[in-house]
Amino acid sequence: MSAILPPSDRLWWKTPISGQEWVWIGIAFVWGMVMFVMMIYWHVNGKQNLSNEVYKTTTEMFTAKTEAFVKENTIRTETDQQIPVAKPNAKGEAFLLARLWAWYPILELEAGKTYKIHLSSVDYNHGFSLQPTNINIQVIPGYEHVVKMTPTKAGTYSIVCNEYCGIGHHTMLGRIYVK
Amino acid sequence: MAQYRTCPRTGLQFDLEADKLMRWNAVAGVLWLLVGGITALLVILTRWPAIKLLPADQFYMILTVHGVDMLIFWIIFFEIAVLYFASSTLLRCRLATPKVAWAAFWLMVVGSIMANVAIFQGESSVMFTSYVPMMAAPHFYLGIILFAVGALVACGVFFGTLVVAKRDKTYTGSIPLVTFGALTAAIIAVFTILAGAGILLPTFFWSVGLIKEVDAQLYRMVWWALGHSSQQINVSAHVAIWYLTAAVVFGAKPLSEKVSRFAFLLYILFLQLASAHHLLSDPGMSAEWKVLNTSYFMYFAVMASMIHGFTVPGAIEAAQRQKGLTNGLFEWLRKAPWGNPVFSGMFISLVSFGFLGGISGVVLGTEQINMLMHNTFYVPGHFHTTVVTGTTLAFMAITYLLVPTLFRREMMFPKLCQIQPYLYGISMSVLGLVMMGAGTLGVSRRHWDMAFSGAPFQYEWPGAAYLMMGLTGIFGVIAVVGGGLWIFLVVWSLLFGKKLDGGPVSDKPTPIPDQSLAAHASGTGSHDHVQVPGTVVLAMTLLVCFILYYFVNWKYLSEVWGLS
Repeated sequence: MSAILPPSDRLWWKTPISGQEWVWIGIAFVWGMVMFVMMIYWHVNGKQNLSNEVYKTTTEMFTAKTEAFVKENTIRTETDQQIPVAKPNAKGEAFLLARLWAWYPILELEAGKTYKIHLSSVDYNHGFSLQPTNINIQVIPGYEHVVKMTPTKAGTYSIVCNEYCGIGHHTMLGRIYVK
Repeated sequence: MAQYRTCPRTGLQFDLEADKLMRWNAVAGVLWLLVGGITALLVILTRWPAIKLLPADQFYMILTVHGVDMLIFWIIFFEIAVLYFASSTLLRCRLATPKVAWAAFWLMVVGSIMANVAIFQGESSVMFTSYVPMMAAPHFYLGIILFAVGALVACGVFFGTLVVAKRDKTYTGSIPLVTFGALTAAIIAVFTILAGAGILLPTFFWSVGLIKEVDAQLYRMVWWALGHSSQQINVSAHVAIWYLTAAVVFGAKPLSEKVSRFAFLLYILFLQLASAHHLLSDPGMSAEWKVLNTSYFMYFAVMASMIHGFTVPGAIEAAQRQKGLTNGLFEWLRKAPWGNPVFSGMFISLVSFGFLGGISGVVLGTEQINMLMHNTFYVPGHFHTTVVTGTTLAFMAITYLLVPTLFRREMMFPKLCQIQPYLYGISMSVLGLVMMGAGTLGVSRRHWDMAFSGAPFQYEWPGAAYLMMGLTGIFGVIAVVGGGLWIFLVVWSLLFGKKLDGGPVSDKPTPIPDQSLAAHASGTGSHDHVQVPGTVVLAMTLLVCFILYYFVNWKYLSEVWGLS
C-alpha cells in the first residue's frame, strides 16, 4: 500500500524510470507541442482567427458611434419595433451594439465581402453567438472589439445572446442578413 | 492531549479531534450536495424543452444555487476532510491546532449559509461566475469571502500538521504520494483563494458603494484565477484519491514515485495559468497571450494529467499481474473487483475524466476552436465530465471506504451500493456527452428558453439540438437519481448502519514503521519494472480518440465564416 505510505525506497528520486513510462511522457510532450504549433499554424494559414483590434470605450462613446453608423446606413426598418437594418458602405465598417436585451441594429452584409464589425456592450457582459454557423465571441462593456468577418453563404443568421444577462436574456435575439 | 484510535479493519490511525473534524466537514459537504442535487433536478427539468418547469427568474436563481453549492461548498468541504485525512491519518500524527480547524469549519459554515441566503432572497441570481457589472447583494460576496477565508485557514492547519508529523518523526523519508497529492491541492488552494480575495474583495466594496467601478475584463481575468484554479484543487484531490484507491484495494505501488510526484508538481507550476482558456474569445487579451497561456502552460498540465492517467491504471495492472493475473492484455482488469463500489467508482471516474472531460477540455481550450464552443452548452458538458464524473464520483467512491473506517458504521444495502457508481457514473457521462452534442450545435448555456419567446425574431434550432436537449433531460434525471441514491445510502448508513468497533484509544500515536529496511530485505527492489501492456493499450486508445477529435474540430472551424 505504498501510495499511502512513505516511499519504501528512501532514495526514490534515484530510481530509474521504466521505458514504458518514458515513452508515454514523450508522447504526451510531443502531442502538446503539436497542439501548440497548430494554433500558430492557424494564425498563419487558417481563415478563422479572432481579431486583436480592441479599444477602450464607454457607454456614451460607443452609443454615439453606433447611432452615427445607423443614421448613415439604414436602408429600412423591420418588425413593429422599427429596428433599423443597416447596410455598411463600401468601406465595410459596421457597428453592433449589445444591450439589455437587444442587438442593435440589424446588419445586411454581402457574402464573400470582408467587414470590420465593431462589437461592444453598453451594460452587462453579453455573448455574440452567430447561428447557425456557430461563432461565439464574448462581448464586454468598456471594450470595443473590431472583428473582421467574411460571410461565406447567403442566408438569414441569428445572433443569440449566450452570456447570461438577466431576466430577459432569452429574448435577446439579433439578426444578420447575408445577400 | 491528543488521543488516537487505530481502526481494527484498516489499521489506519485517527487523531480523535481530526476524526471528528473530518466527519463534520464531510457531512457539511454532503448537505450542500443535497441542495445542489435538488437544484440540479430543477435545472434539468427546466432546460428539458418538453417540460420547462420553472419561470425564468426562478430558473436563474436555482441555477446560481446549483453552481455555487456544487462547485464551491460541496467540493471544498469534502476536500478539507481529505486534507485532514491525508495529513493526520496517513502520517499518523496529531492534527495541528484543532481549535483553529474548528474556527475554520464554522467560518465555512457561516459563509456558505450566508451566500445561499443571499441567492434565495432573489437579488443575487448572478451565476457562479458573478461577472460584473451585474451586481449581487453584498452578503453574496461576503459569504463566499468568509467561506474562502475558512478554507484558507483549514489549508494552514493541513500545512501545520505536516510540520507536526515531521517534527514528531512519525514517519521516515518522504511523505506518502497521496499526501503529496493533497499537498499539491492545498498549495493550489492557497493560490486560488488569494486570487479570489483579489477580485471578490473589490467587488464586495463595489457592491456596498465604496468603489465606483470594477473593470469587466479585469474581473473576468482575475476571477478565473479563482474559478478555474479551484477546479485544479479538485483534480489534484481526486487524482490523490485514485492513487489512494489503487493502494487500498489492490495494494498497488506507484509505477514510479518520481514520475507521479513530478506530474503533481507540474500541476502546481502550470495549472493555475490554465484559467486563461476562459478568456480565449474575449476582446481584452492578445492572441500571443492566449496561445502562450493555453499551450506552454496548459499543455504541461495536460501532460501531467496524461501521466496520471497512465500511472494510476498502470499501478493497478502491475499489482494485479504480480498476483498472477497475467493472461492476455486485460485479465488484470477483467478480474478487478467490479462489485466493490470503491473500485468501480474510481475506475469510472478515471475513464470518464480522461476520455470525456480531459479531451473535451483541451479541445475547448484551443485558442481558435474555442470560438465554436465558448459559452455554449458544450462548456457545462465538459465540466460535468471533469468535476462531476471526475471529482464527485471519486469522492463518492472513497466514501464507501470512509463510512466504515471513519464513521464506524457498516454500509447498508450492499447491493444498492454496488449499483450506485455505475448508475451515477454512466448516466452522468452520457449526460456530459449529449450536453457537448447540443453545444456543438450552438445551444447556449445558462439560457432559459430555446424558443426565444418574446424576442422580436424567431430562430429555430436544428432538430438534433432538441433531441440532444431531450436526452440531457432524461440522463440528467437518471444522474440525479444516482446521486440521490448515494446520499440516501450514506445518510441511512450513518444513522442506522451497524455500529462498528472504532478500535482501542490511546494517547500515544504509533508511528509508521520504517519499512525501507524491510523493502530491501525482501529483495523486490523497485528497480525491476513490471510491464503493463494493458495500460499501454488503454493509453494509446485515449491518444487516438484525442487526436481524431482534436482535428475534427479544426475541420468544423474551417467551415465557419472567415474571421480575422
